[in-house]
Amino acid sequence: MTGQDVIKITDLSVTYSNGHCALDGVNITLHTGTICGLVGVNGAGKSTLFKSIMGFVKPSQGSVKIHGDIAQKALKKNRVAYVPQTEEVDWNFPVLVKDVVMMGRYGHMGFMRIASKADHVAVENALERVGMRAYENRQIGELSGGQKKRVFVARALAQGGDIILLDEPFTGVDIKTEDSLIALFHDLANEGRLILVSTHNLGSVPHFCDEVILINKTVQAYGPVETTFTQENLAKTFGGMLRHHRLIGDDLHDDEDPRGLTVLTDDERPLVLYGEEGGEQIRKLNKKGRKRTT
Amino acid sequence: MIDLLLQPFSYDYMVKAILISALVGGVCAFLSAFLILKGWSLMGDALAHAIVPGVVLAYILALPYAVGAFFAGLLAAGSMAAVKHKTALREDTVIGLIFTTFFALGLLLVSINPTAVNIQAVILGNILAISQSDMVQVTIISVICFAVLALKWRDFMAVFFDESHARSIGLPVTALRIAFFTMLSAATVAALQTVGACLVIAMVVTPGATAYLLTDRFERLIIMACIWGAASSAIGAYASYYLDANPGGLIVCLQTAVFLITIIVAPKYGMARGWFVRRAVRGING
Repeated sequence: MTGQDVIKITDLSVTYSNGHCALDGVNITLHTGTICGLVGVNGAGKSTLFKSIMGFVKPSQGSVKIHGDIAQKALKKNRVAYVPQTEEVDWNFPVLVKDVVMMGRYGHMGFMRIASKADHVAVENALERVGMRAYENRQIGELSGGQKKRVFVARALAQGGDIILLDEPFTGVDIKTEDSLIALFHDLANEGRLILVSTHNLGSVPHFCDEVILINKTVQAYGPVETTFTQENLAKTFGGMLRHHRLIGDDLHDDEDPRGLTVLTDDERPLVLYGEEGGEQIRKLNKKGRKRTT
Repeated sequence: MIDLLLQPFSYDYMVKAILISALVGGVCAFLSAFLILKGWSLMGDALAHAIVPGVVLAYILALPYAVGAFFAGLLAAGSMAAVKHKTALREDTVIGLIFTTFFALGLLLVSINPTAVNIQAVILGNILAISQSDMVQVTIISVICFAVLALKWRDFMAVFFDESHARSIGLPVTALRIAFFTMLSAATVAALQTVGACLVIAMVVTPGATAYLLTDRFERLIIMACIWGAASSAIGAYASYYLDANPGGLIVCLQTAVFLITIIVAPKYGMARGWFVRRAVRGING
């Protein structure tokens, strides 16, 4: 299910002023209508890749094009919506839920950011969409972790871009909220958006992603989850950074069955692989997961 | 009785003092609404002390004091950024280090040139004896700051709340930050005249802190802070006529008194609400 090319990253390298090279020679083309997972260890360049897509950091080499525009120009057109981690914001800030969502509309407003009728409608629709309409007049600090996430997603929806970047959207939310967020992401992707999600949560990647980027300074593997999210590629990306448990055939069965169970995790929902080599069952797992969430 | 209450208004210097105080108080309060939300309150204090040598030098060289203050403020902010960038010291340590250095430099300059400037006027403020040219400077600074804030407060709010998001919707974040600190320095310079270097911090913190306890909406916070900042400054200047007291001290004491009352009686975040709720709960349980 590949749609139109939206983000075209060519030979991208980013070196910070302190000499640290965060990304080296990244080449990816991302399409609309997909959910793409971005997986890698801390410091592997996930957030630098986000910053490059939003034009916050200058590439030392290569380019990022969004609908053919450079990143800064794409931002002005409100193409890219960003959903930050919950901890990045002061929740005691004296604003209501609807005020936060309204900030997503600022790029559409005039010099003084006076909201028009259309802006109010967009805010209401976005809140409705994430099921937070009833909370629109709450101060943001009164919300639970999952509700805070929804408000940020609503802000991204109100902004109206066809690219949504989510930074670790599942940290600090319960499984129920995670499932409902995943269902929402599926709907948004089906409407022709590109959803790019950075996550530690290896176990949920096969459940909700169509494509996955495995990153460690450079792209280790990129492609459909079924063929890319394999034990071999993960080992290549994470090196020795993953907790790795393998229960081989003798531990599991009394018969001659040679299949083993592999559990991979960095800190959240573990990735479970079952089979002779530990990886061939991933396709089946993915399909099952998909049924559950859509 | 009425005659006695109106008496201060028959003096030109009192009318000027009241109006200028109200103007400066309003602008400082507008800035306070933002400042208290970022943990940058100390920055205001640091700036106020750091501009003292600039003011003294400007007097010695017979330049408008705002020019000296502005460059000293810029230099202080630059040194703070440089020290923070080059060392692993914490921000409060760097602020403490730099602003005392600048303040000491100011005192040193005055002691070398005792006739050039009345240091007491810089440290404690002297709104009742404000000169015509100073008054023009303060008015221009305040009106510009107020206009910029009134037009662009939503942009500043977006930047203060979530800088990454503000950047991602195409706001000029760096320019807005520079604009904010420039206005903070300028308002600090203006407030030197009314309350002096030592008490400037109260002007850019207390009204915002009071309003913060009263509302969950930033728009209302700004309006309340501005009204109260302007009113308290005007009342303080007015009352100083009868008490024969330093207007700066009066203004800040007045602001603090209302803050203390607010802490107790604020409808949602006040302490009284907690007492009543606990009593009601005890009543139900017992």
